[in-house]
Amino acid sequence: MEEKGEVKLLGDWPSPFVIRARIALNIKSVDYDYIEQPVPPVSELLLKSNPVYKKIPVLLHHDKPICESLIIVQYIDEFWSSGPSILPSDPYERAIQHFWAAYVDDQWFRSLCRLAKSKGEEAKAAAIEQVKGGLLLLEEAFEKCSKLGKAFFGGDEIGYLDIALGSYLGWLRVNEKMNYLKLLDEAKTPGLAAWAHSFCAHNAVKSVMPEIDRLTEFAKARYGYQEPTLPTK
Amino acid sequence: MATKEVVLLDYWPSPFGMRVRIALAEKGVDYEYREEDLSKGKSELLLKMNPVHKKIPVLVHNNRPVCESLIIVQYIDEVWSHKNPLLPSDPYHRALARFWADFIDKKIYDTGRRVWATKGEEQEAAKKEFIDHFKLLEQQLGDKPYFGGDSFGFVDVALIPFYSWFYAYETLGNFKIEESCPKIIAWARRCMQRETVAKSLPDQNKIYEFVLELKKRLGID
Repeated sequence: MEEKGEVKLLGDWPSPFVIRARIALNIKSVDYDYIEQPVPPVSELLLKSNPVYKKIPVLLHHDKPICESLIIVQYIDEFWSSGPSILPSDPYERAIQHFWAAYVDDQWFRSLCRLAKSKGEEAKAAAIEQVKGGLLLLEEAFEKCSKLGKAFFGGDEIGYLDIALGSYLGWLRVNEKMNYLKLLDEAKTPGLAAWAHSFCAHNAVKSVMPEIDRLTEFAKARYGYQEPTLPTK
Repeated sequence: MATKEVVLLDYWPSPFGMRVRIALAEKGVDYEYREEDLSKGKSELLLKMNPVHKKIPVLVHNNRPVCESLIIVQYIDEVWSHKNPLLPSDPYHRALARFWADFIDKKIYDTGRRVWATKGEEQEAAKKEFIDHFKLLEQQLGDKPYFGGDSFGFVDVALIPFYSWFYAYETLGNFKIEESCPKIIAWARRCMQRETVAKSLPDQNKIYEFVLELKKRLGID
């Protein structure tokens, strides 16, 4: 049992990166202080804890800062090693989880951001194709990782890649809602569609995933998301 | 001819490929090096082993591919764990090592590219950023012999390949890195005294010629 104040997480509720850290801490049943640090402005505490990037999440463990969401998740997995494992023990399987997590961050999420920012029919259509294309690749990865029809990329339990991709589900749903479309399609990506439901319903996840309506309002206010005008008949 | 258990698909000037060469050498792994001359296109094998990114380096171990240089280096560290550990053993220092290796990945290659590929104001801005990144890294190094402390480690492997590109950056950017970051140069020279590093990095003049060729091919003045 952690002492009071031993583990703190600086976060911001809409951030998928913060959600990752919270899910990992929940998996390990770690007691922690969650400190909302909505950015901007950058608080003194955040500036001191993450001078390089000035971003959340930051995990403070005995006041030592750990930054970058996936690095935080790995730290949590390694420090609280007696709890359920987040990464597999086999080096090759670990490499596969790292590969796809990097793909999700470097390629797929960027395509989702491009969709959110795209203006005009053509640009939107192109962006949608990219997001869906990425999901098809991830569906293949899911089939290989989940082995014999298990619920998660991590097998029976959620693991590293589940956390990496699952943390973006809120924003995925917001983009589906704002654009009146289905990106995660039961027909084309049945594995991922089922996985998304299981992930969001998981005990370690449900308390930290933001409600879609609340996230949508946030997106409208912060990023000027606008619903496209529906064609009138 | 029997394929070796470990095959590296690589391209000689790639700093990302150099990381893997160093890691394999540190662990004393016997492997087959296969050159992918990217100026001539991509081989079937590369496309098969890395269909998502179609990039080198790719480590093929018992016919299974591992992609992305830092992921490969961690894999090598875990599989051949008995010799020269590259990541520290305690979780906090491992997190720090991963943080700085990730910083290097995010910043150095792209900023360096802008140094050699641009001119005028854009180049000046790139040079300033480049030096700022290295000054931050120099602060991290402090008075330690290596980023890993007393032993050569993960962050050292991540960064040292860029030293082979320094002559190209300096000549095309008209500046001297040692003037702003003497500790970085001292660290680099120390790393180059390791045989594993010296044999994995190409000559700086060859890289400079390669960059000149690359600029011509890309149609950059």
